[in-house]
Amino acid sequence: MSDLRAKVLQVLDEPGCATNQAKPTGDRKKGCNKLLAPGAAAGGCAFDGAKIALQPITDVAHLVHGPIACEGNSWDGRGSKSSGSQLYRTSFTTDMTEQDIVFGGEKHLYKAIKEVIEKYNPAAVFVYQTCVPAMIGDDLESVCKAAGKKFGKPVIPVNVPGFVGSKNLGNKLAGEALLDYVIGTEEPEETTPYDINIIGEYNLSGELWQVRPLLDELGIRVLACISGDSKYHEVARSHRARAAMMVCSKAMINVARKMEERYGIPYFEGSFYGIGDVSDSLRKIAQLLVERGAPADLLARTEVVIVREEERAWQRIAPYRPRLLGKRVLLFTGGVKSWSVVAALQEAGLILTGTSVKKSTPGDKERIKELMKDDAHMFDDLKPREMYKMLTEAKADIMLSGGRTQFVALKAKMPWLDINQERHHAYAGYEGMVTLVREIDKALSNPIWEQIRRPAPWENSVMADELSIHIA
Amino acid sequence: MANLVVSQKQCTVNPLKMSQTIGAALAFMGVEGSMPLLHGSQGCTSFGLVLFVRHFREAIPMQTTAMSEVSTVLGGFDNVEQAVVNISNRANPGLIGICTTGVAEIKGDDLNGFLKLIRRGHPELGHIALVDVSTPDFEGAFQDGWAAAVTRMVEELVEAPLHDVRLSSRVNVLPGCHLTPGDIDELRDILEAFGLEPFFLPDLSGSLDGHIPDEFTPTTLGGISLENIRKMGSACWTLALGEQMRGAAITLEHLTGVPYRLFERLTGLAANDELVGFLSQIGGVPVPRRYRRQRSQLIDAMLDGHFYFGGKKVAVAAEPDLLATMVHWLQEMGCEIQAAVTTTSSPLLEHIPTEEVVIGDLEDFELRAAGADLIVTHSHGRQAAERLGIPFFRIGIPVFDRLGAGHQTTVGYRGTRDLIFSVGNLFLAGSHEPTAETWLVPAQNRGTPVSLHVPH
Repeated sequence: MSDLRAKVLQVLDEPGCATNQAKPTGDRKKGCNKLLAPGAAAGGCAFDGAKIALQPITDVAHLVHGPIACEGNSWDGRGSKSSGSQLYRTSFTTDMTEQDIVFGGEKHLYKAIKEVIEKYNPAAVFVYQTCVPAMIGDDLESVCKAAGKKFGKPVIPVNVPGFVGSKNLGNKLAGEALLDYVIGTEEPEETTPYDINIIGEYNLSGELWQVRPLLDELGIRVLACISGDSKYHEVARSHRARAAMMVCSKAMINVARKMEERYGIPYFEGSFYGIGDVSDSLRKIAQLLVERGAPADLLARTEVVIVREEERAWQRIAPYRPRLLGKRVLLFTGGVKSWSVVAALQEAGLILTGTSVKKSTPGDKERIKELMKDDAHMFDDLKPREMYKMLTEAKADIMLSGGRTQFVALKAKMPWLDINQERHHAYAGYEGMVTLVREIDKALSNPIWEQIRRPAPWENSVMADELSIHIA
Repeated sequence: MANLVVSQKQCTVNPLKMSQTIGAALAFMGVEGSMPLLHGSQGCTSFGLVLFVRHFREAIPMQTTAMSEVSTVLGGFDNVEQAVVNISNRANPGLIGICTTGVAEIKGDDLNGFLKLIRRGHPELGHIALVDVSTPDFEGAFQDGWAAAVTRMVEELVEAPLHDVRLSSRVNVLPGCHLTPGDIDELRDILEAFGLEPFFLPDLSGSLDGHIPDEFTPTTLGGISLENIRKMGSACWTLALGEQMRGAAITLEHLTGVPYRLFERLTGLAANDELVGFLSQIGGVPVPRRYRRQRSQLIDAMLDGHFYFGGKKVAVAAEPDLLATMVHWLQEMGCEIQAAVTTTSSPLLEHIPTEEVVIGDLEDFELRAAGADLIVTHSHGRQAAERLGIPFFRIGIPVFDRLGAGHQTTVGYRGTRDLIFSVGNLFLAGSHEPTAETWLVPAQNRGTPVSLHVPH
């Protein structure tokens, strides 16, 4: 437990995290580990975060050491896509029973690892520690070490009992497991001056595939995506990349920073959401590669692709403009994503009437202010009840948010679009912004809104008049 | 009859089972103005919440005591107290249903004692009902948690009647967790048609039936009221639906003297004849025309459908009560049960009319389902169905990749009739057209052609 404690403290005090560095010295060590308020908390635990971060590695068996709740209640729920192995979608758990609690779960775990390897022959086994085995003192690291040696396969301990903290912390602890046990353990057959890593991209709904063709065209090779649509061996060999992009979420900043320290791989923080952001990211990747010795013509070739693709995207967004002009959007999502899509929404004629800034830094807030002019509202923490009121009073035409607030919008009979991780559409790259605008148009123009807002025939006429004013 | 096999694997692969804790949480969601609170790490709540949101496509009220590493070691009293206070301030619920998890059970938190202390320290929360239930997630399964929570609600909330006054029209109904909001709506209609006034505990038909409320509420949107739960002692009968509800029904009987009748299942002609006969008897009214008509429609559906069900091999994986329901009904339609897999023990299992019942996972199921004509389980069976290339009927919790899970109705004459159509249509859609090669004689049986002398 003390090793884990030390790891948690180290991860929380992340020097690469600008948000954290902006805090006073005393607060810095506390990092992002907000104390969770009992009875008023929302969101996943550290184990959840680690599983989100690592499960996208497709040819690995992900084995959860814990009682049935941790895996049985949650599996097959994450939308990360694979171009190859489907093994990552198979669920493995020790499903601990009272007997394990009494006698300890280590032998059980060891035998479970053996079964998984014999039956499924995975490239590696990732073993996730949860609260219950942590409490009874199961030594995850030792079991994994012994099993790895015995069965001749990498067996990677991911020490993330849920009670150590939030999902975000779990993301980072997952990154630590990769740094400690996977990255740099194998050598690639060949390297090129165009090898990059993409860190913190999980290929949800296949978003990596919206970007990959652009990189392919430029001859840029993704040595490893950590971890979307990746294979174990790609991650193990990722230390030979020339440059890395850390995708906007800061979830895996520790991986990017430590790979820079250990292997001299420079990284930048970028985003694949929003047309301008995609172009900036491509440019940045090309620059970093050229700085590290790739032929300089890559820069010019990149500009050609950017100009062509931006033009093509704007052309495809243009037809929506007359349909969407003046429609008001409420945008509720975490952190940076808020403003990286705003430009595309505005180009499509939409007006941003409000956005959440709960997870945004002061710098982010400045940028939002600039983008939204004066008529917009920034919300730190909008309670669902207030959100519902805003929506029923028709202060917006559509809300874009995550699944958590989906029903607040829908029950207020308000068009809604999912832009968080559980979404079914891919919004990355140039392609993704066109899709986003198309989806907004589809949501807004659906004929149900007019029908469902019409009062029932038995509602009195005064009420009916009021409702029709709302609709208009 | 059935040989009970417990899977001896060390590693569960593709779980069929979910935890007791969230089964209990769902039971609390059948009470109006309620907030389930899970005493554990916040992940325990968040996984359950996401699961129910995907299944019901509704906002789900569920909170957490957000146990940290420190509170896990030192004990969770402060967390439970803070959670109760915070929930009361933010959501103003009528009931907080507190379910333990593995974390709380291993620590040995005395939840019942905690609640007594909280009661003493917070007289201002006197109007809020607090019910705790022990649901360690390293034991049992979803339906055990549901049953435990209902039993605890009966113990804590139902008032023993002062006089032995029973309302002849009032009936308590304790539905198992395999019944959907749609099933409960259907049963309410049926009971009311016999002049009875049913109190369902829990009643998901008011809270998770997918309706548009007039106002936003952070707790459940409906369900049985606390007031009606208190009055359950004045009913003339309790109907327990599913073996899992026997314990709660007995508890209610001990507490109030209300006798109970257990119906193992309400899908199929005979099962519904039993129900309707009983209702007619206790309601003292003849069976209404509508149900005579529906019975006749069911018989017709059985006639039309039996061509497609007869001889079909079906693999079923579900919690014990749902498994028993589906296996009996499929057999009544002429199917063979190729595999029956379940999550937890139940006295019901050995009476299920099939050779073997396995307590296991969906890997055990997939191995046994190969070659079947139909797979019946919840949405987690989708990978197996795809790999095996077998038509797949989704039932149970969770169903996250189809619409209308909350309204899937399989009880009553009408529910059974519609189930015949849904499943029969899968058989119809999966039937293969014959080709010229379908009936080829096996190669080894084919001799050399005999030449015939044709006389001129």
